[in-house]
Amino acid sequence: MVGAATRPDPRPAESPDEFGDLDGYVGALGGLTRRDFLKFCTGIAATLGLSPAFGVTIANAATSPRRPPVIWISAQECTGCTESLLRAYHPTIESLILDHISLDYHEVLCAGAGHQAEEFKHRSMEENWGQYVMVVDGSIPTRDGGIYCKIAGETVLDIARHTAEGAAAVIAIGSCAAWGGIPASDPNPTDARPASDIITDKPVVNIPGCPPNPYNFLATVLHFLTFNELPGLDEKNRPRFAYGRLIHENCERRPHFDAGRFAREFGDPGHRQGWCLYQLGCKGPETYANCPAIGFNDVGESAWPVGIGAPCFGCTEQGIGFTKSLHSLSSVQSLTPPTAFPRIVETSDTGITPAAAALAAGIGGAAIGAGAVLASRLAKHAPAEGEGPGNEGRREDR
Amino acid sequence: MTARHAPLGGRFISLPVVIMALFAMVAGFYLYHRFVYGLGSVTNLSDGYPWGIWIAIDLVVGTALGCAGYVMALMVYILNKGEYHPLVRPAILASLFGYGLGGIAVMIDLGRYWQGYNMMLPWLTNVNSVMLETALCIAAYITVLMIEFSPVFLERLGMTRVREKLNRFLFIIIALGVLLPTMHQSSMGTILVVLGHQLSPLWQTPLLPLFFLISALFMGFAIVIFEAVMSSVGFRRPLEGEVLGKLTGIMAWVMLGYLVLRFLDVVYRGSFGLAFDGSTQAIMFWLENLTAVIAVALVLPKANRFKPHLMFVCACMILVSGTIYRVNCYLVGYDPGDGFLYFPTVGEIMVTLGIFSLEILLYIAFVKNLPILHTPQSAYEEEHPHPAEASGSATGSAGTARPA
Repeated sequence: MVGAATRPDPRPAESPDEFGDLDGYVGALGGLTRRDFLKFCTGIAATLGLSPAFGVTIANAATSPRRPPVIWISAQECTGCTESLLRAYHPTIESLILDHISLDYHEVLCAGAGHQAEEFKHRSMEENWGQYVMVVDGSIPTRDGGIYCKIAGETVLDIARHTAEGAAAVIAIGSCAAWGGIPASDPNPTDARPASDIITDKPVVNIPGCPPNPYNFLATVLHFLTFNELPGLDEKNRPRFAYGRLIHENCERRPHFDAGRFAREFGDPGHRQGWCLYQLGCKGPETYANCPAIGFNDVGESAWPVGIGAPCFGCTEQGIGFTKSLHSLSSVQSLTPPTAFPRIVETSDTGITPAAAALAAGIGGAAIGAGAVLASRLAKHAPAEGEGPGNEGRREDR
Repeated sequence: MTARHAPLGGRFISLPVVIMALFAMVAGFYLYHRFVYGLGSVTNLSDGYPWGIWIAIDLVVGTALGCAGYVMALMVYILNKGEYHPLVRPAILASLFGYGLGGIAVMIDLGRYWQGYNMMLPWLTNVNSVMLETALCIAAYITVLMIEFSPVFLERLGMTRVREKLNRFLFIIIALGVLLPTMHQSSMGTILVVLGHQLSPLWQTPLLPLFFLISALFMGFAIVIFEAVMSSVGFRRPLEGEVLGKLTGIMAWVMLGYLVLRFLDVVYRGSFGLAFDGSTQAIMFWLENLTAVIAVALVLPKANRFKPHLMFVCACMILVSGTIYRVNCYLVGYDPGDGFLYFPTVGEIMVTLGIFSLEILLYIAFVKNLPILHTPQSAYEEEHPHPAEASGSATGSAGTARPA
C-alpha cells in the first residue's frame, strides 16, 4: 500500500455509512438522479472489491465541491487509452472527469489550444504545487536528450520530470507508460522508457493494458479520492484489485483447457465451438488482469479478446505483450509449483565420479584377471573325468 | 548315468566367503541409506534415467543369468535330452537366486516400494503397461522356481510322502517354468520398443523381444557352463566334460544365429553407419558383438569345445557379451534428451556387487548343505548313505524334479 501520497483537499473524516448532503447527489456526474448516482458509486465500490457501504463514501467524495486537479501528460502514445476512457458508459467518463476531478490539462480533451492551454497548465501546477494528480500516457523517449517527442518546444522527458516534482501521485496509464509498450519494442529507436524509469523518487501506479479497461483507472482514482491513499499494489505497482489474478483463472474457456479441448487453428471446428485458445498462443495463463471478469464496453461478459475468439496477447504483462511472439505458447503460471515444492525435473545426476569409475574399472579388472588365471589353470591341468582330486580333503572336512 | 545328488558338506567359512560377506555388508550399509534417506541419497538416478544399474544389471542381467533353469528345463523336459539331467538342480538353484535377488532389486529400486503389491490387485492393475506383464510374470516365475526347487528340501528333510504328492503335478510347474521366462524375457525387450527414438537405432528394433529371448538362451547356457566349471574348480570336483562340451556347441550355434540376425537387422534398418561414428555407443556396440564373435570363433572347431579352458573362456565371453548387450539396451544406448547423464555411484555399484556376492554366498551355502550337485555313484556315496535313501525311499535320489 502506497500511503505517502495525499489528496489535495483532505476532507473531514467520514464514516462509510454516513450520508452527506443528499441534495448534493442530485445532478452529480452529468445529471444523474440521486438513486442512479448512488447505484454507480456502489458499483465502483464493488469493482474495488469493497463493501457496498463504501459506495456512500465514494458518492460523498465525488460530490465534493473542490475537485482535485489532474495534469495528463501525453508522450509517445496513440490516444488509445483516452479513447478507451471515453467509452465508459455508466456514466460517461467525460462527465466524471469534467465534473468530478478537475482535468486541468489533457491534450486531447482540452477546451483551449496552443499557448492558452500551456499557460493554463503552468498556472494550475503553480497553484496546486504538491497536490495535483499526474497521469502519464505513453512512453517517454530518452535517446539524444529525448528530442523525439516535444510539446510546445519542450521535450516530454523534461515535461515529465518537471510535472512529477509537484505531483501528489503519479499514475501511468496504458502499457506504453507502464512498461514501454510498442515504442519500446525492439529495436526501440527512440530508447523509449516507461514512466517509472523517469520518475524514480515517487511511486508510479501502473494501469497497464492496450488499452486498459477504463474502470480499472476509474476505480484507482476514486480509491485515491476516497481514502487519501492508493489501492494495494503488486510488485509491479499495479493495483491488486484489478491485476491480482491470472486471466487464465477467470477465463470462461478455462473448462476447455482443463478438459484438453484446444482450437488448433483459426476457424477450425474447435475455434468455432469456443474451445481454449492456448495452442493459438493465448497469453492468458501468464498474464495478470481482470479482463474476463469485467469485460469491455459494457456490452456483456464475453466482450473481451478471448471471449470473441482472439487469443490474449498479454498487453498488461511486462515482457509478454509486444515482446513475446504472438503465437508462441505461454508458460502456464498457475501450474508452476511454488519453489518450496520438490522439483519436478530432478537432475541430481553428478555424472561420473573418480571413485565410481575406479571401482567399476577395479571390478572389471578383477573379473578379467580372475577369469584369465582360472582359464590358464584349467588349460594346464584339467580336472580328470570321474574321481576328482579333492575327494580326500572333502571327506576329512565332513 | 543315473543322476545322484548329494550335499557337498565341508566347512562353510573360507576366505572368498568372508570377502563376499563383507561386500554384502557394505551393500547393507548403502541400502540402509537408501531406505532412510531415499533413492537420491545413494543413486545417480534422475528424471532422465529413472532406471540405473539396479535395474539394468541386478534385474535385467541378473534374470538372464537366472535363465540357467530355463534352458536346462527346456533341454531336459521339453527336448527330452536326459543326458543333461545332472545339470538341472544347480541350474534351478542359480535361477532361484538370479530371479529372487532380481525381484529384491526391483523392490529396492521402486521409489514407493510399499505400494509394490498394488500390481497384484486386479482392480489396480494398469493393463496398458508393458511392465505389468514383465512384473507379474517374474513374480509368478519366482514362485514356480521355488516349487521346482522344493524337492531338494523335501529330500533333505526326508518328507517322502509330500514329495510323491508334489510329483503328481510337478509337470505343470515345469511347463510353467519354461513358459514364463519365454514370456517375460521377451517382454524385457518389448519394454524398450516402447521407448522409441530414445533408444539408439543400433539397438532399437522391432526384433528386440526376439533378441532378448535368444540372449536369455545363450546366457542361460553360458551360466550353466560357467557355474559347472567354477564349482568343479572351487569344490575340486570332477568336471562333466562330455555333457558341457555338447552344451558349448549348442550355445555357440545359438550365439552364431543370434549374431547373424543382429547384424542383418542393423544393416537392414540402415543404422550400421552409427557403429562407426566413434561415439561411446559405437564402442560399446563393437565391444558387445566382437566378444560374441570371438567366443563363437573359439569353439567352432569341434575339438575345442571339450577343452575345459576354452569352454570356460567361451562361456565367460558370452556372458560378458550378453551383459553388455543388456546394459547397452537399458543404459548406454538410451538417451532421454535434455542433457541427462548417468553413471552409477559408488553406492549403486557396491549394492550390485553386494547382491551378486550374496547370491554366490547363498549358492555355496546351499550346495554344501542340500543335495544339489550331481555326484556319480562313488565310494563316497556308498560309505555315506543319504538319509533319504537310508529310510528306504526309492524316489529319494532318482531324479530331481523329474516327473515320474
